[in-house]
Amino acid sequence: MTSKVAMKLNVNGEAHEILAEPRELLIHALREQLDLTGPHVGCETSHCGACTIIMNGMSVKSCTLFAVQAQGAEITTIEGIGNPDDLHVLQEKFSEHHGLQCGFCTPGMITRAAVFLEENPDPTEEEIRFGMAGNICRCTGYQNIVKSILAAAADIQAAKEAAQ
Amino acid sequence: MIPGAFDYHRPRDIGDVLALLAEHGDDARVIAGGHSLVPMMKLRVAEVPHLIDLQDVESLRGIGIENGCVTIGAMVTQHELVNDAMLFEVAPILREAALQIADPQVRYMGTIGGNVANGDPGNDMPGVLQCLDAQLVLRGPDGEREVAARDFYEAAFTTMRHDSEILTEIRFGIPKGGSAYEKQKRKIGDYATAAAAVVLAREGNLCSAASIAMTNLSDTPVWSATAAEALVGSMVDDAAISKSVDCMLNDIDPVEDNRGSIAFKRHVAGIILGRAIKRAWNGAEGRQT
Repeated sequence: MTSKVAMKLNVNGEAHEILAEPRELLIHALREQLDLTGPHVGCETSHCGACTIIMNGMSVKSCTLFAVQAQGAEITTIEGIGNPDDLHVLQEKFSEHHGLQCGFCTPGMITRAAVFLEENPDPTEEEIRFGMAGNICRCTGYQNIVKSILAAAADIQAAKEAAQ
Repeated sequence: MIPGAFDYHRPRDIGDVLALLAEHGDDARVIAGGHSLVPMMKLRVAEVPHLIDLQDVESLRGIGIENGCVTIGAMVTQHELVNDAMLFEVAPILREAALQIADPQVRYMGTIGGNVANGDPGNDMPGVLQCLDAQLVLRGPDGEREVAARDFYEAAFTTMRHDSEILTEIRFGIPKGGSAYEKQKRKIGDYATAAAAVVLAREGNLCSAASIAMTNLSDTPVWSATAAEALVGSMVDDAAISKSVDCMLNDIDPVEDNRGSIAFKRHVAGIILGRAIKRAWNGAEGRQT
């Protein structure tokens, strides 16, 4: 039996110390040790993107990383993106444009879209579809997800221009 | 899906990596981005008693371009390949190919070294690096050696790398002329049904040099010398392209699987190579030496 590893993680702005067996996947550490059940266990085969989180500024699938690989990392889950009283613009737009039906893929969609818009603040529809290719939705047909992200990008741009 | 238990190692330099490999032999595997290995461990297809994480080994990172030569550290991610402006300037085929690997999340983690060293015939970079005539730098207990990408692949998941060695770096001369990586796949993120890497140099109206490699059409990538020779000295017209495609078809050996029958894959390989040649040739016009 291998021994557990003492780990430090910064998740949603809070420092955590946990013990993880090396084989414990990051998604399980987040959900079961830190009670962050926003990232979902979907396909478990690195395809669907429901487990997507932000790690050190990158979109990653937390079902395909061992928690120990994230030693010392800065992590943001959907819980750190916004809250019911203060929604992130992407959350607002997903709500406004009906960018979800069952909602299972949505935490992954929104955390991925947040990084995508940081890298490409003024995307075309085609760029959004390519940039969101790692997230699968079985309800919407993607149309309203793309609309929501386009609307969020427009809002972010408008806010930037207003600030200047 | 929970993998079998293992001990986790996170060394900081290559000497420590090699010492761990020497100590644990077959029981040890290195992990780079892990997006091929972790799924296999979760399925318990791969049992890895000692996992050696390379993420803290700084000397395996970085892209260098000097004296007409490109060096890429094994731990450079696909995302970094896509976003490196200098690399794009000298070898745009790497961005083009990297963008066709998996999806954005996977590209943040997946590395060129993992893609090259794993020996999966579905991986895209081996064919690209054969096309570029890259050298793969291996470091082991007896020091460093270079193996040509064109010699590295022996069979599916079997390469010239010994268990005691790791791939540290990839080196190639800046390619002259135009290039293209064309990949036919069932859906975004999939492995190729057929893919073609092409580099063509052009002098006036004639092709002065060519290199062609194919992906996922045999149990190794296929560098086809005869397909390239069919283009050299030609104006890369339809007759020359057709001859090149025929030569390539003699060198590949696809098997039937869920991506199609042998006949379908051969058909797709021909179409894809034709497109790649035409695009590389158009690109070569603006990049004459």
